[in-house]
Amino acid sequence: METKAWQTFADGSWKRGIDVRDFIQRNYAPYDGDGSFLQGPTARTAALRDQFQGLLRQEREKGGALKVDTETVITATSFGPGYLDKEKELIVGLQTDEPLKRACNPFGGMRMVESACQAYGARVSDTIRQQFALHKTHNDGVFSAYTPDIKAARHSGLITGLPDAYGRGRIIGDYRRVPLYGVDFLIEQKRKDKVALGDCVMSSPSVRAAEELHDQIRALEEMRHMAGQYGYDISRPAENAREAVQWLYFAYLAAIKEQNGAAMSLGRVSTFLDIYFQRDLKAGLLTESQAQELIDDFVLKLRMARHLRTPDYNELFGGDPMWITEAVGGVGRDGRHMVTRTCYRMLHTLYNLDPAPEPNLTILWSEKLPENWKRFLAQVTCDTNALQYENDDIMRPIYGDDYAIACCVSAMRIGKDMQFFGARANLAKLVLLAINGGRDEISGQQVGPAMPVWEEEYLEYDRLMERVDFYRPWLAKTYVNAMNIIHYMHDKYSYEKSQMALHDSTVRRLMAFGIAGMSCMADSLSAVKYAKVKCLRDPGSGLVTSYDTQGEYPAFGNNDDRVDSIACEQAEKFYHALCQYSLYRGAKHTLSILTITSNVMYGKKTGDTPDGRKRGEPLAAGANPMSGRDVKGALASLNSVAKLSYDYCRDGISNTFSITPQALGRAREDRAGNLLAVLSGYFAQGAHHLNVNVLNRETLQDAYEHPEKYPNLTIRVSGYAVNFYKLSREQQREVIARTFHGGL
Amino acid sequence: MKGRVHGVQSLGAVDGPGLRYVVFMQGCPLRCAYCHNPDTWDFSGGYEVEPEALVEEILQYKPYFGQKGGVTLSGGEPLCQPAFAEGLFALLHEGGVHTALDTSGIGDLEAAARVLAHTDLVLADLKFPSPRAYRDLAGGPMDAVCRFLDLTEKLGVPLWARHVVAPGLNDSLEDMRSIRDWARRYQNLEKLEWLPFHNLCLEKYQGLGLCFPMAGTPPMDEGELRQLAAQLEA
Repeated sequence: METKAWQTFADGSWKRGIDVRDFIQRNYAPYDGDGSFLQGPTARTAALRDQFQGLLRQEREKGGALKVDTETVITATSFGPGYLDKEKELIVGLQTDEPLKRACNPFGGMRMVESACQAYGARVSDTIRQQFALHKTHNDGVFSAYTPDIKAARHSGLITGLPDAYGRGRIIGDYRRVPLYGVDFLIEQKRKDKVALGDCVMSSPSVRAAEELHDQIRALEEMRHMAGQYGYDISRPAENAREAVQWLYFAYLAAIKEQNGAAMSLGRVSTFLDIYFQRDLKAGLLTESQAQELIDDFVLKLRMARHLRTPDYNELFGGDPMWITEAVGGVGRDGRHMVTRTCYRMLHTLYNLDPAPEPNLTILWSEKLPENWKRFLAQVTCDTNALQYENDDIMRPIYGDDYAIACCVSAMRIGKDMQFFGARANLAKLVLLAINGGRDEISGQQVGPAMPVWEEEYLEYDRLMERVDFYRPWLAKTYVNAMNIIHYMHDKYSYEKSQMALHDSTVRRLMAFGIAGMSCMADSLSAVKYAKVKCLRDPGSGLVTSYDTQGEYPAFGNNDDRVDSIACEQAEKFYHALCQYSLYRGAKHTLSILTITSNVMYGKKTGDTPDGRKRGEPLAAGANPMSGRDVKGALASLNSVAKLSYDYCRDGISNTFSITPQALGRAREDRAGNLLAVLSGYFAQGAHHLNVNVLNRETLQDAYEHPEKYPNLTIRVSGYAVNFYKLSREQQREVIARTFHGGL
Repeated sequence: MKGRVHGVQSLGAVDGPGLRYVVFMQGCPLRCAYCHNPDTWDFSGGYEVEPEALVEEILQYKPYFGQKGGVTLSGGEPLCQPAFAEGLFALLHEGGVHTALDTSGIGDLEAAARVLAHTDLVLADLKFPSPRAYRDLAGGPMDAVCRFLDLTEKLGVPLWARHVVAPGLNDSLEDMRSIRDWARRYQNLEKLEWLPFHNLCLEKYQGLGLCFPMAGTPPMDEGELRQLAAQLEA
């Protein structure tokens, strides 16, 4: 295909078939300069921003949802066009016909929609009820196949947060394909792939592939129709910067209309878009101020994305997140860094539009990033607390240089990998289950295979290990079974047709398992090994429900190998246990140590633990040390987490780090430099991820007491950022109680 | 040669350049009115550690030190345990780590010279600009401090002079000028840092059953201190 849109672009294999990476590598211009070229908000941008902030205020006052449409099932085209301000907007498109209005998406599950409407004082209309009375949902499908073991493990909180009642998310469409090729070319390619299937024997996988390709083509046609509702023809490639942004946004918009997955991430678009911006700037068609306006407008649209969630869901994933994760920067396989002016522009939206949690700006960190960019990043973090950092130097060898991050820490090659998301298993609770012979320490119910309750007065490390080794494979198998069922049903009843249309027709599938309670588990085992832990029994049930921990033990987070090695060993063992069981659609096992905000809820479902933690108290977030136990300073804490190996945790190891500005240095310029030293040192050791907050605990305490004073206070919690006021009171208290590394 | 250590902080960013691993030695002969670490005074407190073991631990943080960072030996008074300080710094130099000595300067001069042989930077807290005030408010001899500073100059060890400014105690331009003039006498002076007094240590004193002589003094406002420093240079 040759088109006017591609004139002046360097030639390559990308012109003969879909290959966005090739297009980027042949056309992008690395930028080594600093941020002095950046422009502030125009009057138009400022006015739109203020209009948006007015709506946010109303949304807040209404208790979380501005409006709920209970009449229309949301699809790519079921709502007509919507605008924030039609006259002013440069980039258009809303999920529904009004800003911040949320819509019903019952394909994942009807119960979820009903309880969400109820929570906001609305009721699902009879029309939708009738439409779905005969329609089996993903949720219905899953529960028709769940085994008793799965139900018991799920009920006790051993495995929680499974995407069995809502969209699974974590799939990143290659939204860049739409501006680069136009929808018609994409349809043509999919048709060819479908025709090629005709040569195969029609076995169950090829029948499914044929049906999926059919649905993908229809989704592309609907996407084209949706853009048409706004007066745009995306059948052809984008011809300038504004069209490139608009086309790309339409592709993303179609995805978030169709799916309400937990994480609906954007990918890695900044450097791709920069190619269009540079071309227009060079041709004199665009000024820097106009370029920034386009990015500001785009980001404003992203910040308006909303899903209808239930209170239960918010307890797991606090703060109404969308995880519109945008991976920025990184380095190419040829050694050139991939930082461009549009990477700067993307981060500059935090100043032009005020700090905010979305999009989830994720910096791909490498030692090879240009110094100017590194300094800029550190300053943005000190000013906004809105960035997270992930180690490109350990991901690039595995995923190449055109991967992105889904949700918080999940790497995948864009358009080539997809993920089956699967929440997490609570390893702290696994230890308790092992002590109590498979019975839940709180309910007393038999959850796992039966064994006598621990009989001796004191716990003993080697024998406890034997028990954990016995229960781990059972947990792994139960977990794998749950995931296989969930993803079979999601494919069947709520297939992501518009996102998968923006993938290659043959993809690699990753199944992402997770661990919660990692540091609580490690500390508990360390207490058993290095201190004395006496069992205290409930006289009625005979279960061990509490512990008397005598003496000191090394706690995770102090760079002490005695306990850090326990954490590493248990993560590795759990990964290998999962790998014993084969996965749906030949997926590859991956594992994360990430909790999002669910560490609070998991803690509620976990009894007393041998480390001295009391029943109901929160577990630590992600791979973090237990709050307050990392007492040897920030670097010791970081070094403990850095020991966890990405080899076993390819779905990411999340660490959230809070430090007071004073502890980073006296002067503003010292702080940015010192923060860079922290990042360099941490990632040089092969660590994977760091969320950075530079703030004082007092600020959060004040925001807890007076939320109205801090409408824009953004903090990073666990792989994503939130507006502090949107967290539940419990989640807020947990964040305040976290270790804040300060001076002496 | 074991040293008596009060504690360590793996991330220090306010005691010398870059990120620093800070070792707080136990024991101090002075009793400065504004001291915020009274728990480091007692020479029998803390715990004992060999320099080799400490260096092994410290080297695990080398990736964070970058071009500028390193180790700061603080206190207490590190010059009260000169053999340990010398041994530690020598080993750190072998490991390619930058060394900074945070001291009042009080101690045996010959032993101090051996420590300075392995010291890349001296952070000297000047405290009070007259022998009388030094004796009354820090409880030590100022002439010993001057001899130590002369020695750093003679040996050519870079010097950062530091000074705590407290409201009502020494926050006049005149006070600050005399400190500045003192510091500027040294050819090896690279930087003069004004540190605002704070009273966050009150709880520490109460916990130790000690009286904090400056309990009634408010913290020094950082903005005000910046203004004073600017006026001084005007």
